[in-house]
Amino acid sequence: MYRYDEFDQDFVHARVAEFSDQVQRRLAGEITEDQFRPLRLMNGVYLQLHAYMLRIAVPYGTLNSRQLRMLGHIARKYDKGYGHFTTRQNIQFNWPALSDIPAILADLASVEMHAIQTSGNCIRNVTADHFAGAAADEVADPRPYAEILRQWSSVHPEFSFLPRKFKIAVTGAERDRAAIQTHDIGLHLKKNATGELGFAVYVGGGQGRTPMVAKKIRDFLPEADLLSYCTAILRVYNLYGRRDNKYKARIKILVHETGVEEITRQIEAEWQELKDAELKLPEADIEAINAYFTPPALADRPEGDDLLKQARLDSKSFSEWLDQNVVTHRHPDYAAVTISLKGIGEVPGDATDSQMEAVADIAEKYAFDELRVSHEQNLILPHVARADLKAVYDALAEIGLATANSNLISDIISCPGLDYCALATARSIPVAQEISRRFASLERQREIGELKLKISGCINACGHHHVGHIGILGVEKKGSELYQVTLGGSADENTSVGEIIGRGFSSEEITDAIEQIVDTYLGLRLSPDERFIDAYRRVGPAPFKEALYAGETKAA
Amino acid sequence: MKVLTANRLSDGIAVWYANGGWAETVGNADIAQDKAAEDRLEAIGAAAGANNEVVDVNLIDVTVVDGLVEPVRLREKIRAAGPTIRTDLGKQASPEAARAA
Repeated sequence: MYRYDEFDQDFVHARVAEFSDQVQRRLAGEITEDQFRPLRLMNGVYLQLHAYMLRIAVPYGTLNSRQLRMLGHIARKYDKGYGHFTTRQNIQFNWPALSDIPAILADLASVEMHAIQTSGNCIRNVTADHFAGAAADEVADPRPYAEILRQWSSVHPEFSFLPRKFKIAVTGAERDRAAIQTHDIGLHLKKNATGELGFAVYVGGGQGRTPMVAKKIRDFLPEADLLSYCTAILRVYNLYGRRDNKYKARIKILVHETGVEEITRQIEAEWQELKDAELKLPEADIEAINAYFTPPALADRPEGDDLLKQARLDSKSFSEWLDQNVVTHRHPDYAAVTISLKGIGEVPGDATDSQMEAVADIAEKYAFDELRVSHEQNLILPHVARADLKAVYDALAEIGLATANSNLISDIISCPGLDYCALATARSIPVAQEISRRFASLERQREIGELKLKISGCINACGHHHVGHIGILGVEKKGSELYQVTLGGSADENTSVGEIIGRGFSSEEITDAIEQIVDTYLGLRLSPDERFIDAYRRVGPAPFKEALYAGETKAA
Repeated sequence: MKVLTANRLSDGIAVWYANGGWAETVGNADIAQDKAAEDRLEAIGAAAGANNEVVDVNLIDVTVVDGLVEPVRLREKIRAAGPTIRTDLGKQASPEAARAA
């Protein structure tokens, strides 16, 4: 994986020193909160309901075991024994004291980590397919390009004060696991007819109060033009993006108000000025970054098939986990493993200090020291020999992380909601927990099949509810929590925004409503192969409305 | 009926103004019954903010139950107790808060 060069390390150390000084000056009363707030946000420090929150960057979700162990250490020493993995493949801690943050950042810097640009109106952590480098279906690893974008966007002087935050995602496969069409810029790494690498470029996707699916503005951008083209997009946005209203300041609004054709013309015109200048990526530079992502040497381990056959017979729960949480690797003797952070009734995305340390040990022993954080708030071991899967499963079961629910209804994305967040209007985690408990039976979950359920505790949509097959949005109405349900959203290569199905539900009603929606789907699907999202797209909202509200109409 | 709340600068912990200082629990916070008392609390909050003791100062609506102050809005109830999903954390976890509740 990527290793800091001297420049990176000096830069991160310098930032730790600078922010430590700013914290000291703030604690000594030498600078005011108004002066300090933008400084702390540039370093990932928020103020939430109960305490400060520190959001730490995990570039394109890639970690090694040393880094994960350090996160466990921070959780134990400075926080309350746990951390929360987020939908930007980052991790946040809910209870750090401001006075401890300089020490936390120094600890992070010692393992090549930081919290820079995890907040503020700048280019945020670039996310990538969590199976990058391992997936059987990718044309190339998208992470070298994410790293190039990270280097380019870090404290970029022109793009540090954008109209609003800016998010970029990259995938290297046709099957989009990085939700690129919900991003300000989505990049799909692909090959053209002559076998050259380049990108399909999407612009103007986003969620929040105005969800928009990104528009494709270029079908093939040669890889050498990545930075010049992104610069052109950011320049047009920086110049014309609205600064009068923060709710209309994202590039999605600019794309919508300007029109795709016109904004594409503006971007292309800007690009003509830039494309053959210093931003053109030299092949040697791409090669140099690529070298950092050289995959581990995967020796043939053909004994896996026989071992798995036997292990399946010995353990039903292992067999179920294998079916649900293990995916095909580009090397036939290997697999990629999803470590579910969605145990039944648990807080989605939370992991304890000792779980982090144990997972780090597993990654070191069985997975070439490599880990990923997925935007779906799980951890991934991208390279595990099939012959080692049983050992990995046993080790995960020991720490309570062997739940076989990847992509099932209890694999819920949830924002922290009103239990922690100062912006939230309703709680999300208890709703996730109750739904998870209601559908606790794995047999029932498997019968239902792939179902992406996503919950946000306010309109900012950090829980991605707009693109859940079933989305839940918590709002406050007359002093109570009310949960609005959307159906038909999706965040893959066929991205769609869910539609509100009808009046909202109280916290007491919401789980029943979800169950009714699921039962309605089971009753109308053509076969077990027809996923919820496919069935919804076929039949539309009517049968679900009928199931949820028909009684009310009759009563009225 | 309102009380003054904020987060402590050094560690961000939620606090309420009580008996001339900042208490870690809401139960005995100073109550403003009228506009004049609210103005007085607001001035105290502004001064404490300017003095770098606390940040994010706000007046919140409360009621009194069994002699103890309770916030009205769910958001403030959760701030005063801790995460509803982790009752081992936040104010609700400490013995004083348990007694107050």
